Amino acid sequence: MSPSQLTNAQVTHLPVAAGQVGRLSQALMAMVLGVFIVGVVGFSHIDVVHNAAHDVRHSNAFPCH
Amino acid sequence: MSIFRSIVFSSVIAGFIVGLIVTVAQQFGTVPLILKAEVFEKAGETHQHDAATAAPAAGHDHASHDHADHDHGAGAWEPRDGLERNAYTAAANVLTAIGFAMLLAGFFAVRSGATGEGVSWHEGLMWGLAGFAVFTVAPGLGLPPELPGMEAAPLLSRQIWWLVAVLATAAGLALIVFRRSAPAAIAGVVLLILPHLIGAPELAHGQSNVPAALLHQFVTAVTVTSLVFWTLLGAVTSALFARFDSGVARA
Repeated sequence: MSPSQLTNAQVTHLPVAAGQVGRLSQALMAMVLGVFIVGVVGFSHIDVVHNAAHDVRHSNAFPCH
Repeated sequence: MSIFRSIVFSSVIAGFIVGLIVTVAQQFGTVPLILKAEVFEKAGETHQHDAATAAPAAGHDHASHDHADHDHGAGAWEPRDGLERNAYTAAANVLTAIGFAMLLAGFFAVRSGATGEGVSWHEGLMWGLAGFAVFTVAPGLGLPPELPGMEAAPLLSRQIWWLVAVLATAAGLALIVFRRSAPAAIAGVVLLILPHLIGAPELAHGQSNVPAALLHQFVTAVTVTSLVFWTLLGAVTSALFARFDSGVARA
């Protein structure tokens, strides 16, 4: 494998790889945020949050009370 | 941040649509049973709360809405029965749907990035069914849906087991679906079974004022409304995400 082939491969593949990583990290960020929202609504031990979301916790069979 | 934005936009819209539809479904399915169970719960306690609002009225219960002016005892704030309570239920449903939609859309983004093709609504529906298996069926086997007034093991231990069941089931299904090899399939099945071998936390002598027939109805209602939630959420989120994502790709 000659050095010129190597650089060629890097040049063609790097942008694709960078795009994939950006996509993956953005997707992961969104998923973490989504899980956080579900966690607060469905699992928070704070009384006020529990009372507001009470019927939803029961309806989703999340552990409650 | 364009993909993040596509995920959030499609999830917020899908969350509103699905959350509101499920709120209506719950008014016929689960909520009347919760209100009935609260009558038994309050009969078991010595509470000065009156349980006159237990009638399964769907929303417009003006009598109960007007007279409840400042008598909710020493406990923390809770919404008044009737419209206010249902409004909070709708809001919590929408938020839950947005959160789960962001989780699904995150997978759609990774999938479409890997395959180069958008995730179809049909594929989204399958993801929704997987969500139903992971978040409703698997934890529900060990911790069946509960009605108010039922005694249960300490909350934190049940929440931890719930989380273990969800993670193990998700990992097990992923191994079976995405790694098409026999060892992976075996490991996947073991992961599906593992939380149930550990066993959900239980009370040695759980007592309940709630009649078994009511509980059985409730388990059915929860399962059916969750199935509606997850299939709708999977299909709607994937359809919306495909639109936003292809729009981003062209821009």
